[in-house]
Amino acid sequence: MADYFFKTKGLTVGYGGVPLIRDIGIQLQKGQILTLIGPNGSGKSTVLKSIAKYLKTICGTVYIGEDTIDGMSSLALAKQVAVVLTERLKTELMTCGDVVATGRYPYTGMLGILSAQDREQVQGAMELVGIWELRERDFTEISDGQRQRVLLARAICQQPQIIVLDEPTSYLDVRYKLELLGILRLMSRERGITVIMSLHELDLAQRISDLVMCLRGEYVVQIGPPEEIFCRELICKLYDLSNGSYNPLFGSFEMERSPGEAAVFVIAGGGTGIPAYRALHKSGIPFATGILHENDVDYQLARDLANEVVYAPAFERIGKAAYARALQRMKACGTVLCCLKSYGEMNQKNRELFEEAGRLGLRIIESAQEL
Amino acid sequence: MRGERAKRQLRYCVVVALFLLLFAALVLMNIQLGSVRLGTREIADILFFGGGSETGRGIIWKVRLPRACAAVILGGALALSGFLLQTFFNNPIAGPYVLGISSGAKLTVAIFMVAALSRHQTVSSASMIAVAFVGAMLSMGFVLLMARTVQRASMLIVSGVMIGYICSAITDFIVTFADDASIINLHNWSKGSFSGASWEDVRVMTAVVLITSAVVFLMSKPIGAYQLGEGYAQNMGVNIKVFRVVLVVLSSVLSACVTAFAGPISFVGIAVPHLVKSFLKTSKPLIVIPVCFLGGAIFCLGCDLIARTVFAPMELSISSVTAVIGAPIVIGILLRKKVRG
Repeated sequence: MADYFFKTKGLTVGYGGVPLIRDIGIQLQKGQILTLIGPNGSGKSTVLKSIAKYLKTICGTVYIGEDTIDGMSSLALAKQVAVVLTERLKTELMTCGDVVATGRYPYTGMLGILSAQDREQVQGAMELVGIWELRERDFTEISDGQRQRVLLARAICQQPQIIVLDEPTSYLDVRYKLELLGILRLMSRERGITVIMSLHELDLAQRISDLVMCLRGEYVVQIGPPEEIFCRELICKLYDLSNGSYNPLFGSFEMERSPGEAAVFVIAGGGTGIPAYRALHKSGIPFATGILHENDVDYQLARDLANEVVYAPAFERIGKAAYARALQRMKACGTVLCCLKSYGEMNQKNRELFEEAGRLGLRIIESAQEL
Repeated sequence: MRGERAKRQLRYCVVVALFLLLFAALVLMNIQLGSVRLGTREIADILFFGGGSETGRGIIWKVRLPRACAAVILGGALALSGFLLQTFFNNPIAGPYVLGISSGAKLTVAIFMVAALSRHQTVSSASMIAVAFVGAMLSMGFVLLMARTVQRASMLIVSGVMIGYICSAITDFIVTFADDASIINLHNWSKGSFSGASWEDVRVMTAVVLITSAVVFLMSKPIGAYQLGEGYAQNMGVNIKVFRVVLVVLSSVLSACVTAFAGPISFVGIAVPHLVKSFLKTSKPLIVIPVCFLGGAIFCLGCDLIARTVFAPMELSISSVTAVIGAPIVIGILLRKKVRG
C-alpha cells in the first residue's frame, strides 16, 4: 500500500449530491500515467474535477501521499495538484510568459511578485515544453497547440506532484497531440510527476498510459493496464459499437461493412489490399478477399471490412482447402481485383488463383474505380 | 528575459511619470480656472503661506480645492470599481454605471434624502454612503441573479442597463414629487456633479475610498489569478467563494461612495481601466490598480474642468462630459474586441 502515491477509496462522485459514478478505486505510483476513457457524458470530467477538489466528493476519500485532499488547505493542494482545463481561456493583454508565471502563485508572497527563483522555474517549464520563444507573445494571438503547451507549462511550473488534464488533446492537430503526450511521458519519467487525464483518442491512450480506466456513467467498467483494456469486446461494449468495430492492434475503429453479397473478389496480401478495401468500402461495394495469411496486415482490416475472408494459417504455404474455398468465392463474385504484383514461396496459390480467373474469363479490374 | 523586463519596467515608469505630470497640471488648472481666474503665484501664496485676498482664499479653500479633491478621490474610486467589475464578470465593458449599480445607489440615496429633507433633518456623509451601499448591493444582487441565468456577456450588460433605467425612472418619480426646496438639491445631484463638496465630505470619502483601495491593492495577487478564470484561480489556491464576495463588496463600496457624493457618473469605470491597460500594455493588477486610480483621478479632474469652464457661467453635469469622452472609447472596445456572446 505504501508504494501507492495517489489512491482513492470508495470514491463516489457526482453533481449536487447526486451520485454519477460509484465506488472508484484508483491506485497510482509516482510517475504513472492514468488515462480515463469512455463515451461522452460518461463522467470523465466529473472524476477529474473531484480529484482536483473542484467538486465535492459524495463519499469516499482521495489520498495524495499520506494526506487526504479534504484535509488539505487550498494552497497546500495547489502545490500538489496542477490542472489543465478544457475551458478556453480569455485573457487580456497577457503574454504567454505572464500566463505561465501564474503557476507560481502558491509560492510567491503577499503581492505575488516573482523572485529570481520563480522566474527560473518559469523559464525552465517553458523550455521543457518548447515555448520559451513565445514568452513575449500575447496569449490570445498564438495557435491552439501552442496555447495548450503554455497551459501545460503553467501547470509544470506550479511544481505539482500530480497533473490533472481534461482532454488536453482536443483542438490539437496530430503533431501537437503527439508532442504534448511526449512531454507528459517525459515529465512522468524524469520528474516522477503522476499524470491523470481523460482522452478521446484510444490509440493515444493505449500508447501513453500505464493504467487505463473505462467509465460508462454509473460505474467504472474496468481499470487496468492497456493490454487488458484494449481488446475488441471491452471497447465495443464501452462505446456501444454494435455497428462498427475496433481493432486493438491498430487502436483504430472501422465503420460497419457494406451489406449484401460480395460483388468483388480481392486477391491481396502483405498490405497491398488495404487501399482497395478502403476504396470498395467507401463506395459501399461488398467484397470478399483472400487468400490471406492470418499474420498478414491485410487480414486485420479485411476482418472488419470484407464480407468474407479466405485465410490460411500463418507461416505456412497456402493449402488446397483454402484455395478451393477462394476459387468458389471468386466464381460467385464474378469480378476479380488483384492487388499483388509479385508472389513468393508462401502464396503461390494466389498466383494460381489469379491465372484461373483469367482462364475462367471472369471480369478482371485494375482498381475499385472501374466498377 | 532581463532585457524584456527592463523594457516593461521602463514603459511602466514612463506612463506613471506622464500621468503624474498630467495630474499635477490638472490639479493646478482646476484650482486656477473658473469665473474668477487666479494667478499661480497667488495660489501658492494662499495655499502655503495663508496670504492672498479674502475672496481668493474663499474660492480656493471653500470651493475649488475641496471640489478638486472630490474629483480625485471619486474618480479613482470609479476607475477601480470598474476594473474590479470587469475582472469579476470577465467582460471589458462591465462597469458600475452600465450594470445599474450606480443607479441602484442613486435610488436609495434619493429616497433617503427626500425622507430626511421632508423632516428637515440634515444627512451626514457617512449615512449617505451607507444608504448608497445598500442600493448598490441591491442592484448588484439583481445583476448577479441575471448573470446566473444569462450566460451571454452582452445580455448581462443589457439587463444591467435595464435595471439602471428602472432605478432612474423611480428616482425621477421621487424627485418630481419631492418638496420644492429639496428638489433643486436633488436635481443637481441626480445628474451627477462634484460641486458642493465640503471638507467634511472630502474627509469621509477619502477615508472610505483610500482604505477600500488599499484592500483592493493588497488583493492584486488573487485578482491576477482570477483573470485566468475561476477554474485556474481555484487550482492556484484562491478561495473562490470568499474572493467573489469580497470583490463584489469592494466594488459596491467604491461605486456607492461615488454615487453618494457626486451622483451617477457614467463611463469612467470602463474607459479608464481600458486606457490604462492599453498604455501599460499589461493587465497585471499590481501595476494596473494604482495607475487606474491615478487615471480615474485625472479623467475626472479633466472632465470636471470642462464641465465648469466650457459654457461658464453655465455648468454641465459631469456625466454629460464623461459620456462624451467615455462612450466613444467603449464603442472602440466593442469594435476591437467583439465581446464574447
